[in-house]
Amino acid sequence: MSFLRSPRAVPYLLLMPAIVVILAVIAVPLAVSLWSSFTPYQLTRPVTLFTFVGLRNYSRLLENTDFWWAFGRTILFITVTLNLELVLGLGLALLVNQITMGQRALRTIMMFPMMFSPILVGFQFKYILNDAVGLLNNALFDLGLITQPIPWLVEGTLANLSIMAAEIWMSTSVFAILLLSGLLALPKEPIEAAKVDGCNAVQTFRHITLPFLMPFIFIAMTIRSLDVARAYDMVRIMTNGGPAGRTELLWTLMARVGYQNSQMGMANAMGYVSILLSLVFTLYFYRKLVAARRYMGGVE
Amino acid sequence: MAQVKLRKISKRYGNLETVHGIDLDIAHNEFVVLVGPSGCGKSTTLRMIAGLEEISGGEIVIGDRVVNALPPRERNISMVFQNYALYPHMTVRENLGFGLKIAGEAPSEIERRVAEASAILGLDPFLDRLPAQLSGGQRQRVAMGRAIVRNPDVFLFDEPLSNLDAKLRGQMRVEIKKLHQRVKTTVVYVTHDQIEAMTLADRIVIMRDGRIEQVGTPQEVFEAPDNLFVAGFIGSPPMNQIDATYRASDGAAVLQDGLAIPLHRSGLVDGQPIVVGFRPDALAPKGHALFADNRRLSFDRTVTLAEPLGTETILFLPLSGKEIQARMLNPRVVAPGETLAFELDLGSVHVFDKASGKRIGGRSWQGLHASN
Repeated sequence: MSFLRSPRAVPYLLLMPAIVVILAVIAVPLAVSLWSSFTPYQLTRPVTLFTFVGLRNYSRLLENTDFWWAFGRTILFITVTLNLELVLGLGLALLVNQITMGQRALRTIMMFPMMFSPILVGFQFKYILNDAVGLLNNALFDLGLITQPIPWLVEGTLANLSIMAAEIWMSTSVFAILLLSGLLALPKEPIEAAKVDGCNAVQTFRHITLPFLMPFIFIAMTIRSLDVARAYDMVRIMTNGGPAGRTELLWTLMARVGYQNSQMGMANAMGYVSILLSLVFTLYFYRKLVAARRYMGGVE
Repeated sequence: MAQVKLRKISKRYGNLETVHGIDLDIAHNEFVVLVGPSGCGKSTTLRMIAGLEEISGGEIVIGDRVVNALPPRERNISMVFQNYALYPHMTVRENLGFGLKIAGEAPSEIERRVAEASAILGLDPFLDRLPAQLSGGQRQRVAMGRAIVRNPDVFLFDEPLSNLDAKLRGQMRVEIKKLHQRVKTTVVYVTHDQIEAMTLADRIVIMRDGRIEQVGTPQEVFEAPDNLFVAGFIGSPPMNQIDATYRASDGAAVLQDGLAIPLHRSGLVDGQPIVVGFRPDALAPKGHALFADNRRLSFDRTVTLAEPLGTETILFLPLSGKEIQARMLNPRVVAPGETLAFELDLGSVHVFDKASGKRIGGRSWQGLHASN
């Protein structure tokens, strides 16, 4: 009791609300989920939460081909979408940066895809790509480009590409906005110096603009790698991991195992393995970011 | 040969014209300084020479080519920017060699020329540093090195010293002058600092509001300013300028407080409003200057302020309702409120037409000889 009244307790008392919130929202759930990954916890049989089985979930996981397919597919998904979003976003940013009139309006319009809920984007693409009534197939039909409907969301490879397309459609603007802010902050003089030094437009971009943009690129990459790595909603709506698990990503797989099969212990074990993946991507980009920023330390 | 010729150069932004048809010939290896207050169009003119700014009218010739339509990289110029404009992600070595690398020079040649430039500018200890790790003066040197390695026809400097502190500015000014003596090249240098202009230039171009006010050697613009603007702009402390009326009966300028300054000059009519100008050097307390006996005017004035500068003291005194400045060489201590006998060197008095601001005749005594 005397400690609570002493001056040394003041900081802790003042921080108490924050500490309570963090404990309730982050620390305790994290601890419980970690614990549950060492149990055969099933949602339908709560008592199983108290059966300790050591690393059994993890060792089963290592032999689970479905999981590793989803794991690999997720890496591929992240790599392809991030890179395409970067290239498209950069192009978009460069184009918008050239515009002198109506740039503000365009910048606002560029944010539109970000304003949609991913669920809605998923539905929208699902209907566009539907093989029977979808807009795309109908358009291709009417143009005489196809005679048979293309099963966009049913054939494995096409389904994966379709999901990627939806993801890219929704998030390219994130890159574009972030990179545009970089372009707007770009100092004019080194670019002029490069022009005088003999650079043409491409060389100026390659040697001056791009290095300047690197920190912005890595910030965008870091943010988006976290985002993409938890892609769930769009996949859930568009294909629900199907056909036959061909578009299953880590999070849809985990949700299926945890909630549909109610094997929460196993799902949590999967979660902890997948976090490694997120960490690797994020750490990689973060390091690049720090390096790029050190580089640019001299910008005045 | 790389002379630069400006033919009726103008610059318009929409309806706003900021440079109004400038004509200027810059000779091979000449060091020309464009000077003027901010907004006078000097930087715009330089940027048009560089090709960073489109030319709205007229023609720019570098060497014997009209360069209006050429991009900067084809004009064989190099430029030093006010903020150095170094490439922050490249080391000093890479910064220096970048232009050569882009031009496709062999690595050995790049290395040789970078080493040469670095030796001239004393950059050897810093070659592997990034610009962020350099001081202002060092960055400025790198910017100059980047300009000289490319061996351009014309050097363009855009207020290169204005980001440096006063002491460093003085040092770099000397270095730029030495550099020009060593690397003989045509230089166009923009500054708002008249001291830089006076010390560096072979010829000074004084600009105001997008027009050239006067072109001349430092000596010419200092000793024979064409108009009141140049008279006030060049020289520190500035020239004293006092309104007066010409009196034909005795050929004198009569100030508002009644003091008559003999002018002995032709081309003036009785009652013409004029401005009399003389530099603080032309006015000194009795015994502190050696002005010729037959051409000095004495009057007593009470000093309002004394600014001791060591070798000289600047005295402030009232004259005809204005506060003017006098220069006291070999100074003694002067207290404000002290009344001194001043002598004005009539040989150094300039006369300007009040209405047009234009100079009238030579200096007064030369004018006297000419009119006799």
